[in-house]
Amino acid sequence: MSAARPLLATRGLAASYGDFQALFDIDFEVGVGETVAIIGANGAGKSTLLRAIVGSLPSAADMVVYDGAPIGHLPAHDVVRLGVALVPEGRKLFQSLSVEENLRIGGDYARPGAWTLARVYALFPRLAERRHTVSTSLSGGEQQMVAIGRALMSNPRLLLCDELSLGLAPVVIREIYTCLTTIAAAGTTLVIVEQDINRALEAANRFYCLQKGCVSLTGSARNVDRQAITAAYFGLEAAAK
Amino acid sequence: MNTRFAVERSTHASKVFAASIAIVVAALIAMPWWGDPGTMHLVAEMAYFLALAQLWNLLAGYAGLVSVGQQAFVGLGGYTLFAITDWYGVHPLAAIVVAGLVAGLISIPVAFTVFRLRGAYFAVGTWVVAEIFQLFIAQVPRLGGGSGYSLTPAIVQSISMDREIRDVIVYWLALLLVVAVIGAIYMLLRSRYGLALTAIRDSELASGSLGVDTYRTKLLVYMITALCTGAIGAFIFLQKLRISPEAGFSINDWTVVVIFMVVIGGIGTLEGPIIGMFVYFILRELLADYGSWYLIVLGVVAVLVMLKAREGLWGLIARRFNVQLFPVRRHLVRKDAP
Amino acid sequence: MRGLVPSYSNRLNWPSILIQGTLLGGLYALFAIGLSLAFGIMRLVNIAHGDLITLAAFAALVVVQTTDVHPLASLAVVIPVMFGLGYLLQRGLLNYTLGSSILPPLLVTFGLSVIIQNVLLEVFGADTRRLNVGPIETASVTLPGGIAVGVMPMLVFAIAIASLGGLHFLLYRTRLGRAFRATSDDAGTAELMGIDNRHLYALAMGIALAFTALAAVLFGIRTSFDPSSGPIRLIFAFEAVIIGGLGNLWGTLIGGIVLGIAQSIGASISMTWQILAGHIAFIIILVVRPNGLFPRIKD
Repeated sequence: MSAARPLLATRGLAASYGDFQALFDIDFEVGVGETVAIIGANGAGKSTLLRAIVGSLPSAADMVVYDGAPIGHLPAHDVVRLGVALVPEGRKLFQSLSVEENLRIGGDYARPGAWTLARVYALFPRLAERRHTVSTSLSGGEQQMVAIGRALMSNPRLLLCDELSLGLAPVVIREIYTCLTTIAAAGTTLVIVEQDINRALEAANRFYCLQKGCVSLTGSARNVDRQAITAAYFGLEAAAK
Repeated sequence: MNTRFAVERSTHASKVFAASIAIVVAALIAMPWWGDPGTMHLVAEMAYFLALAQLWNLLAGYAGLVSVGQQAFVGLGGYTLFAITDWYGVHPLAAIVVAGLVAGLISIPVAFTVFRLRGAYFAVGTWVVAEIFQLFIAQVPRLGGGSGYSLTPAIVQSISMDREIRDVIVYWLALLLVVAVIGAIYMLLRSRYGLALTAIRDSELASGSLGVDTYRTKLLVYMITALCTGAIGAFIFLQKLRISPEAGFSINDWTVVVIFMVVIGGIGTLEGPIIGMFVYFILRELLADYGSWYLIVLGVVAVLVMLKAREGLWGLIARRFNVQLFPVRRHLVRKDAP
Repeated sequence: MRGLVPSYSNRLNWPSILIQGTLLGGLYALFAIGLSLAFGIMRLVNIAHGDLITLAAFAALVVVQTTDVHPLASLAVVIPVMFGLGYLLQRGLLNYTLGSSILPPLLVTFGLSVIIQNVLLEVFGADTRRLNVGPIETASVTLPGGIAVGVMPMLVFAIAIASLGGLHFLLYRTRLGRAFRATSDDAGTAELMGIDNRHLYALAMGIALAFTALAAVLFGIRTSFDPSSGPIRLIFAFEAVIIGGLGNLWGTLIGGIVLGIAQSIGASISMTWQILAGHIAFIIILVVRPNGLFPRIKD
């Protein structure tokens, strides 16, 4: 971890859906330029953590600190303008908008910057060919590209990706992750949520493992102790067997 | 020690309430011997408004059918009574029952049409239907056309030749109607349909997937409500002695104020409409000299309740003191065996 | 409803009925635009819509009476005022009613409807009013075949088409329109794009009421109004929307025209039949095609 001020940090973050508390006391940090993976089983709270960071789930102001400023209390539409973008789980494209309109709307109300339509099309040439089609007629991989492109159009300093590989063929997943490398190389800080541990560790510098709404393990993505990860992922009882 | 649980409905409060209701009803039945005609008239009016409010509450609060067209059945009931007493010499008291049946029958084709609309569009759809009935009846010369229709003295006198006795009979009829309607709704909510209705009220989608036939249940509620509303409509215009398309199908009189009563008192409970009815009558008496301001005040109160306290005044009371007067909800009671 | 359609006592004059009905349909489409927009973007059915039309007509009347301008010129004041009112109404009140339950928006707008009607009644009295535009009111041109068509109805129809065209452009060619459609699809994800739903909904209601203002002035010129004429406007707007198909802009125009033609046929029998025929056409379409002629949104 870098000694410099982290780009984003959560301090004792807690979040609930109504009466159900989904996150407990999460301390999480991402340094500038890092790629951090969040792994964990289904229902561990990975997506909830991302939703709390971007402001879709309310939390107390100091629980989420971005670039030194508390943002936990801000609504989602303000957080994205500060440069934090989310590629939501299941892509969530706008069905009545064309591919190009889906990309444009990513940038319409966000902060200006280097990402333009032309640059997104250069990253995903297949989208340029299909720019005027309805987003629902695209393949799963193409839809994921639109979702990533749409988030990039807001010129994020921090890009959060939720389950990019969900429902995609291995060859498409590889293609998407190659693009992520390009995005990271351009200086964007990345947080990727994945169920596939190997895929996540390969792409990341560091990782956090969540279990039942708590951080169960964290460390460098290199030289990881497989057994420790298994224990942190499934819970100690399962690992002992 | 053997710990067991039993499912019960009645609570201490509900038993006390049942006893006090019996006393109040007895006192009201005896009113001809201790009250004056003006009070009797007011109580009769409160009674039929309470019945209308309970019916709309059943429809909207439980079955999720937010109708703003219940005046259709009030008007149809009233006109049916006038027509069959005048044309076929049916006794007015029997005609109230027939009017209810006619309204219930007409509600079937109406339901098949308006049930195609969802949510708020259903609401406006029911309103259009009421407009259609009003416009149609205004076209029938035998029903007085657009200008209205009066009951002949002979029909009125068939209830009783003596005016005072007649007033007492009409008053008792109002009490009978409101007790019958609330009783019927109470029984319905305690039957297996009651559970289905409560499930629909809480989540239509979930109850549908759990095997509750939401369409059939809603249709049944719509028909029962139309039937009772029609009978009450017949009673209202028997008391008023005169009906016209505008009075019979008035959305303000038979639906707007009724909705406000239910919303202010607390929608989806049996207690709420009672409180709402009293709030309405108090406001109406207080603002009697200020034209339509009572409607404006009522509207503002209803909007505020919807925004700030969706469960209405009764909801606030029930939560504060944890009481339930009509035992329709089941709760778990711990029973320790000796 | 006096004077909306000239009545014919003897026999049906089909070409004339179709033309008059179509032109009338343009006015109904204008009534319906605001209702359709609010439903399309925030799934809000505004029961007070008709009363807001009446309110705007009275606002125009006040402007005309105090400044002595032409009724059409009053639009310069009434449209911005209604836009502002719509924005504040949504932002300050209606946004708080939106959620999973349909009861709060329905009952709050229902309450608003009663409040507006009775406040208008207290302020202006029950008299019927009208906006006078002078000679153009009765001017007509004679088409080949001897059918006389009023200049005002044609103007209203042209304005209706232009309004729908303008709204179409707004929705499909501008950044704001993109935001409206995205929010209509998925409000939660639209927030992630930096779109403030509360502000966007308020803008949508502002635009809806701006169109309402336009409809109100044109209807105030064509026919008389009083504080209680809101509900029937709501019903006409509602019938046009349902006949055309929910969420379909141009379908709403067709819905308005179908309603207008049905009413014109009814008007050839009597004044009551004018409205009744419209209702019957609506019921028939509801039974035969429950989703309207051109459905888009399933809800």
